[in-house]
Parts: sequence; C-alpha cells; structure tokens
Amino acid sequence: MHVATIVPISLTVGANRIVPAVAIPYPLGNPALPEDEEKELRLNLVKKALRALQTEVEKQTVFEK
Amino acid sequence: MAEKKYRVVHYLNQFFAQIGGEAKADIPPFTKEGVVGPGIPLQQALGEEGEIVATVVCGDDYFAENIETAAEKVAESVSPYKPDVFVAGPAFTAGRYGIACGASCAAVGKKLGIPAVTGMYEENPALDLYRKEVYIIPTANSVRGMKEAIPKMASFVRKLGLKQEIGLPQEEGYFPRGIRVNQFVSRTGAERAVDMLLAKLKGEPFQTEYSMPTFERVPPSPAISDLRSATIALVTSGGIVPLGNPDRIEAASASKFAEYNIAGVDNLTPDAYQTCHGGYDPTYANEDPDRVLPLDAMRALEKDGTIGKLYDRYYVTVGNATSVANAQAFGKAIAEKLKAAGVDGVILTST
Repeated sequence: MHVATIVPISLTVGANRIVPAVAIPYPLGNPALPEDEEKELRLNLVKKALRALQTEVEKQTVFEK
Repeated sequence: MAEKKYRVVHYLNQFFAQIGGEAKADIPPFTKEGVVGPGIPLQQALGEEGEIVATVVCGDDYFAENIETAAEKVAESVSPYKPDVFVAGPAFTAGRYGIACGASCAAVGKKLGIPAVTGMYEENPALDLYRKEVYIIPTANSVRGMKEAIPKMASFVRKLGLKQEIGLPQEEGYFPRGIRVNQFVSRTGAERAVDMLLAKLKGEPFQTEYSMPTFERVPPSPAISDLRSATIALVTSGGIVPLGNPDRIEAASASKFAEYNIAGVDNLTPDAYQTCHGGYDPTYANEDPDRVLPLDAMRALEKDGTIGKLYDRYYVTVGNATSVANAQAFGKAIAEKLKAAGVDGVILTST
C-alpha cells in the first residue's frame, strides 16, 4: 500500500491501496505539533495504512479518513 | 499603425520565478506584473504581436498539497488581466510543477474560457492527468531543454492568441488529448484494418487510428487476514538513508535503490539518519526521519502485538525525476526480495 501526499500521482502510477499523507516534506508528521501529538498523528496514519492492507479491494482505492 | 497586441498571462513556480528553492515551496499564489524568468525569452519569441502582461507564481508544495484551491486561486489571479492566452511552465519532468501547470491551465480554461497551454516531458506524471483537457507541448526532461522548448511554446501561444484554428496533435506538435474527430475517408474500416495488419506482418510502418493507453496495472493483492502474525516491511521513495548516504543514492534521477538493516532500531534519529532526496525541503525529514519513514510507529505497533513483526530491512530510493523505467525496475527487484523473505505486506511512503 502507498502512503502518498499527492494522491493523483499515486493513482496515475497504479497504487491499489492509497492513504493520503500530510505534506510533501513530512508525509507522516507535522512539525507544527508538539512531539507527543505528532507521534500520535503518525501512529494513526500507520494504523490506517495497516487497515488498508487488511481490506480486500478490487480496484484502486483511496482510504480517506 | 500598431495592431492591438494579444495579452498573455504566464504561470511559474517559486524556483523559476526566482523566489527561492524548496524552502519557499510552500508559498501560496501571488502575481507579479510583467515578465519573470523564462517569461523573458518567451516574450522575445512572441515579438511585437503579443505581450506577457503578468506572471502568476505559486510554490510547488503549496500547489501539490492544495490542487483544487490553488488552481482556483490562480484562475482568480489571472481573471483581472483579461488575457487572450494563459501559458504555464514549461515544467520539464518536475512532478509537482507539472501538476501545477496542468491544473492551472485546466482551471483557467474551464472557469474563464481562456485558451491555455503548458509544456512538459513525456514521463511527467502530470501529463496523463491533464492531457485530455489541456494542450501540452512536449519538452526535454530538464531545464537544459529550455532553449528548444520556448520557440515551440511561443508559436503555440501565438496561434491561440491570434485565435487561429488548432489542428491535429501530430501537425501542431502537442501531446494527443485522446479526442476523436469525425472525418470522411474513401476506404472502409475493414479495408484499413487489413492494410494495417498486412503492413504489420511485413514489418512495414503503419499508424494506428486508435492507440491503446499504456498504463501498467497490477491486480490488487489479497487482504492480510491476520495482521498479528504478519511481517510488514517499510519502503520509501523519500530518500531516508543512514547519515552520509553510504550508497550514494542520487538526489535526483536515482539510478539505484538501497537496503538497510533496522533490526534493533526503535527510532530514526538525526545523528544516524538523514534524507538524500533533492526534490523537497529536507529540514523536517532531517530533524526527524520518522516523518518520512515511520519506523518509530511501526516498532510501537510491533511491540504491542498489532503486527507480528516489522521486517528487519527497509528499502529506499529517491523519487525525484526518476525515470519510469528505473522506477519499475527498482519496484520489481524490491518486490522479489520482499517476497523471497516472506514479507506479507508493505507500506511504501512517498513525499
């Protein structure tokens, strides 16, 4: 599965399970947040990515919130 | 007697507008009067007939992270200048810039009804996103091709500016948009198809009347049924490498990927890891490489039993103007290694 900031590119190159990321220079983080909140954000994105891996898909699927 | 000049608005990213590099990639759209950067040779090529009246500038990150809003803002900035033509770029092989150029042209066309053109390299990922609705002129893959790109784009801008009819892609030199135009021909489709087949059998050249898209698609792999016993691997195109980039992965146009052992590593720290990617501002990834390769989070989920195991190695390359051929070869080789190692699932992160 693909955690990607620019979802249209991920779709063009053919990823089947896509989780939208935060921003280009920090896809799984946010330097504006306090450290513990940033870690929480990253953990949640990774959990979402793992849920995508546990989901059957027949075609390209973007896993929104 | 001077004729009225056709009016042109030009779009550039922060780099070509000489605002700054990756550190300025997050600036929202703003307008400058007159020509900037590549607008100077473009204006020269347009000569006396047309005038670039303004340049709209936006940071690549801002655009790529807010595509719809950014495109709308660009269109709003363009509107008061009432141009006859909108021209963006060229973007060469830059992905974010390509998206910005394509989306701006599409928005200006749709919202303002102003004809638009941009230029990019055939492997730019934005080409297939926007070619159906935007005229896109083929360019080289890097800024070294600016000199060749400018006259081609200028002659297209001129045609649009003088409201001349735009012919078929092969005559006018833009990427085919996949639009079919009815025309009368003397021979039936069956006859033409047999002619093509005969030419193909003889090894002679022939031109298809309907080319098939060439996207490669892979069937989705089945879902992981039991995550608690699964081995999950991390892969990234974001260039996270051990400090010093020991395998010297290139900052752009990567020719290789690398594999690093992370057994026993719980957290990626700046004294041991960095990014070697040359296509985004490295400040945040260098401060905390977990922001690109989420090793700390994966390790926590391994410890609490959510996943069976985090695979002991991760794979990395740099996705920055990397050729499609190289990227496909890396992907295939990495997938084979992961499969041979019994990995059940992969999280690939991209900047």
